Amino acid sequence: MIRAAPGLVVALMALPVAAGLAGAFLPAFGFFPALGGDRFSLEPWRALLVWPGLGAAVRLSLVTGIGATLLSLAATLLIVAAWQGTRSFRVVTSLLAPLLSLPHAAAAFGLAFLIAPSGWVARALSPWATGWERPPDLLIVNDPAGLALIAGLVMKEVPFLLLMTLAALGQADSARRMAVARSLGYGRVTGWAKTVLPSIYRQIRLPVFAVLAYSMSVVDVALILGPTRPPTLAVQVLDWMTSPDLSLRFLASAGAVLQLLLVLGALGAWVLAERLVAARGRLWAASGGRGQALDLPLRALSTLPMGLIAAGVGLGLVGLGLWSVSGLWRFPDLLPQSYGLRVWSDQSAQLWRLTATTATLAGLSALIALILTVAYLQAGASHSVGIIYLPLLVPQIAFLPGLSALGLWAGLDGSLGAVLAVHLVFVLPYVALSLADPWRAWDARAGLAAATLGAGPWRVLTRVRLPMLLRALCIAFAVGFATSVAQYLPTLLIGAGRVSTLTTEAVALAASGNRRLIGVWAIMQMALPMLVFIMALAVPAWIARHRQGVKVA
Amino acid sequence: MRFLSCAAACAMAFSLPATAQTPDPANWPAVLEEARGQTVYWHAWGGDPRINAFIEEVGAELSQRHGVTLEHVRLADTADAVTRVVSERAAGRDTGGAVDAIWINGANFASMKEQGLLFGPFAESLPNWPLVDTDANPAILIDFTLPVEGYGSPWAMFQMVFEYDSAAVPEPPRSLEALRTWIADNPGRFTYPQPPDFLGTSFLKQALYGVLDDPTVLLGPSEAVDYDAVTAPLWAFLDEITPNLWRSGRAYPANEPALGQLLADGEVDIGFSFNPGRASAAISDGELPDTVRTMVFEEGTLANSSYLSIPYNAANQAGALVLANLILDPEIQALAQDPAVLGFQTVLGMDRLAPVDRARFDALELGIATLAPDEMGTGLLEPHPSWMTRIAADWTERYGTAQ
Amino acid sequence: MSLQLDKLRILRKDHAMVALDLTVAPGEVLTIMGPSGCGKSTLLAALVGALPAAFSMTGRVLLEGREVTHLPPHKRQMGLLFQDDILFPHLSVAGNLGFGLPRNIPNRAARIAEALRAAGLEGMGPRDPATLSGGQRARVALMRTLLSAPRALLLDEPFSKLDTGLRDQIRAFTFQQAQDLPTILVTHDMDDARAAKGAILSVTGELLS
Repeated sequence: MIRAAPGLVVALMALPVAAGLAGAFLPAFGFFPALGGDRFSLEPWRALLVWPGLGAAVRLSLVTGIGATLLSLAATLLIVAAWQGTRSFRVVTSLLAPLLSLPHAAAAFGLAFLIAPSGWVARALSPWATGWERPPDLLIVNDPAGLALIAGLVMKEVPFLLLMTLAALGQADSARRMAVARSLGYGRVTGWAKTVLPSIYRQIRLPVFAVLAYSMSVVDVALILGPTRPPTLAVQVLDWMTSPDLSLRFLASAGAVLQLLLVLGALGAWVLAERLVAARGRLWAASGGRGQALDLPLRALSTLPMGLIAAGVGLGLVGLGLWSVSGLWRFPDLLPQSYGLRVWSDQSAQLWRLTATTATLAGLSALIALILTVAYLQAGASHSVGIIYLPLLVPQIAFLPGLSALGLWAGLDGSLGAVLAVHLVFVLPYVALSLADPWRAWDARAGLAAATLGAGPWRVLTRVRLPMLLRALCIAFAVGFATSVAQYLPTLLIGAGRVSTLTTEAVALAASGNRRLIGVWAIMQMALPMLVFIMALAVPAWIARHRQGVKVA
Repeated sequence: MRFLSCAAACAMAFSLPATAQTPDPANWPAVLEEARGQTVYWHAWGGDPRINAFIEEVGAELSQRHGVTLEHVRLADTADAVTRVVSERAAGRDTGGAVDAIWINGANFASMKEQGLLFGPFAESLPNWPLVDTDANPAILIDFTLPVEGYGSPWAMFQMVFEYDSAAVPEPPRSLEALRTWIADNPGRFTYPQPPDFLGTSFLKQALYGVLDDPTVLLGPSEAVDYDAVTAPLWAFLDEITPNLWRSGRAYPANEPALGQLLADGEVDIGFSFNPGRASAAISDGELPDTVRTMVFEEGTLANSSYLSIPYNAANQAGALVLANLILDPEIQALAQDPAVLGFQTVLGMDRLAPVDRARFDALELGIATLAPDEMGTGLLEPHPSWMTRIAADWTERYGTAQ
Repeated sequence: MSLQLDKLRILRKDHAMVALDLTVAPGEVLTIMGPSGCGKSTLLAALVGALPAAFSMTGRVLLEGREVTHLPPHKRQMGLLFQDDILFPHLSVAGNLGFGLPRNIPNRAARIAEALRAAGLEGMGPRDPATLSGGQRARVALMRTLLSAPRALLLDEPFSKLDTGLRDQIRAFTFQQAQDLPTILVTHDMDDARAAKGAILSVTGELLS
């Protein structure tokens, strides 16, 4: 089992992606015998090129994807540079892990409720400051430039990148480098950028790439916050893919391949930009500028993303909760005129059923992913570590439609098992990402000590290593659980409408604009992974309550 | 790989063909017998919590009376279910299909019927069919100019009504011409769902009726006439109102509930719906203020019916037939017509019902915002489905992609 | 009852870092001395069967005449004590001792209690190891190793992190407890070496005193 694990994991990651991409490439060039395409042609590409929205959709994908990634990275680095080592930094970072469990869709809904012209921000300012008796006719959510979409993405990606940066900080000897830089008279931010950033960035590069690929091709957040005329390329591809006019499948496949090429192109451009920045950065680092005067303004500036994200997520979630129990709530009232649990009770049967499905999928996929990851790490595989992150770098919209066509052909779609398998493809990388560092940081001497006491490898693993890493295992499970809960496109396309989760239900409601209903489903979608996260922190702490030597914080 | 083979086994269990032979609605006891224990996957639009709750209630009744389990597959768009059946046929799955029943009409019905994707004819053999009043409502036998011919069982009738807040708009515009003027005078206070959404495209058709001198061309295929010439006044009308629409026409609500939410938030003053009872139900749920009223255009508004159809490859056809019959049951029809539940118009003829069933309908109140049947004006026939498809595509080209 | 290193060579890229050919009798403490990086710890790693991949080894290791050169660590019955005590943080003191005690030994609780008494830690079985003092932890670690019934004892600078006063005491305790075992002590501290009262060699086998 353990010896086969690396191969199994690599197959599990690479095969669906490869099969799905083949399922996109062949129809993109006209080949799809079941639909009468038995010859290769460029017709799908011609059709794609004459689609009037193509230019705008491509520009939107590029601008929102790259914009969100740049902003997220800048905000993350600024926050860490300005605050690393301070007490408030520790407080903020301790809040991060649960934030990571928040599904993208729920965060996007919260933001939409906040910034819409009839949202809380406008209500709080009306009519006393704005004079608005009725919601202003402003295009904020779904704006054509995709600004709301960028904001929604940044809100979720900054916590992710922050967490990844924190993990990297521990290995970069950052505290001593900072001490040296400060003693040479460097300002906090400048010193950090010149001494710590270069090695940190190397370690968070893969997550940054994942953020870029994700932001360019995201579907659920774009459905909620993104433009509609036209939508981003990924949303348009999904539209074509699910159209009853099957001839559009060829067009959709060409679009999916284009999306893949866009992401690859953007990644390539990003790598080039990295080199330019690095070259300039080396000159800058050696230039001797201390940048002491920059600290105060940059520290002030860094509170902006922190404050906005905290307010966006916090107030957004409170807003969701409030809408779910509100009766009549007219503009510009700050609070509802009446409250009630009608929507909750109306939805309860469906809510519990889908919560059960969601929890089953999430629990099983996280558990399987955890077992595979442990086996994979135990086997000491490091040579194939890159491929495990493949599903994070290839856009979902590029390979899932092909995979679903394959599943349909094999009679596998629409079953819980197939959805579970495809969830695993996305859950496993995040579980591995979460567990790999604590796994390697474990003091191997404990294993050797146990072995010299007569414990075989299995006993060392189960009685020493796993118990010592209990907290990391629980957190990795919670991360996997949250990842599964948040999956929209895989559930939609492989589940074929038969397997619904809290997320597919919540996103399906997005178009309705029914805030009470969305509130109920988004709250549930958020609460489930949050609960698991709290348990993942509490259970190991309780088990180790009499063991100070076990790290719980 | 053990895991994958388990997934395969699960999939097999789900997709085994349930029946070897097709059920015959004329032999109803055999249908009931075969249906018992089946799980029927009803693919129906899931965007309205009231409709979802109603379907849940139908499911409870179906299981209690006939031992058939109902699963509501909530669609964002009915086309998704059509896609599903079409894909299944493309993949060669001619039995054991995932879709057992679809709530359908219009272009989706036309497309499925023309491609031979529907089971039937069955509707006119259902035990409850004699209760359906085809004399008073002959339109239910023709869906968007296409004869239904028993391939769909009609279960509710709809007519477009405009909803307005009488506190904000004491004198609503009662014709397309009046709406044109009103939009110019009240910029940013009107919009329609973004085509190809069903309701949004329906508004375009309603407008087409209003701008055409001779709307009868709409009853034939759009290919039969000079399409560009016929639709020119429509695009002129839209060009004129678009700058004064909500968000200046730079964004549109996605569908009917989204439009309803804009009305509820006071972002627009006039909305519309195909369900004449929607406003009253929303008021009683506290989602709309009780000053909202409904109205129709003097030239009439579009009217259509909803059908339940069964795909040719449905795994549980017997169960779907039992469902189709149950929805025509007077008790269920009265429930659907109750403004506190759905406010749908029944397809049953009152004179064909037993007194006890008639009493169920007599007991219903209209609701504060609902028009009485004699106030509903003319129901306009739905144009040929080709119009809907074509103007939706044209709209997307003209307004749907420009930045 | 002896530990024999038969023409043992540990090589790094064809360079022999360690070259030893000797036998340690039961109750004898052989001390290997040298500066850090000379290969002392690598020698112990090789003896327990955990030689890092960068090294290679020739020769044989025999314990009581039985060759153990190719056995995995958990089958060699060689006890090892590190600089740090490496008590398992998730187990109690008694749990740590129990981990060392082979599974087929009867009267486990009594054996553990006896070991605790011998180490002057009576009644401390249920304690969290993190709450013990450094000297107490070192004694638990030693007792844990001895309970595992090793046939030889390897000490990797086990006293270097203890305070001077405590160091003598623990050292005496360790040598007293290990009196029947062949023992190899690796250290760079001359006091440790002298206290061991045995031969003192370099990693290449030169007699240092």
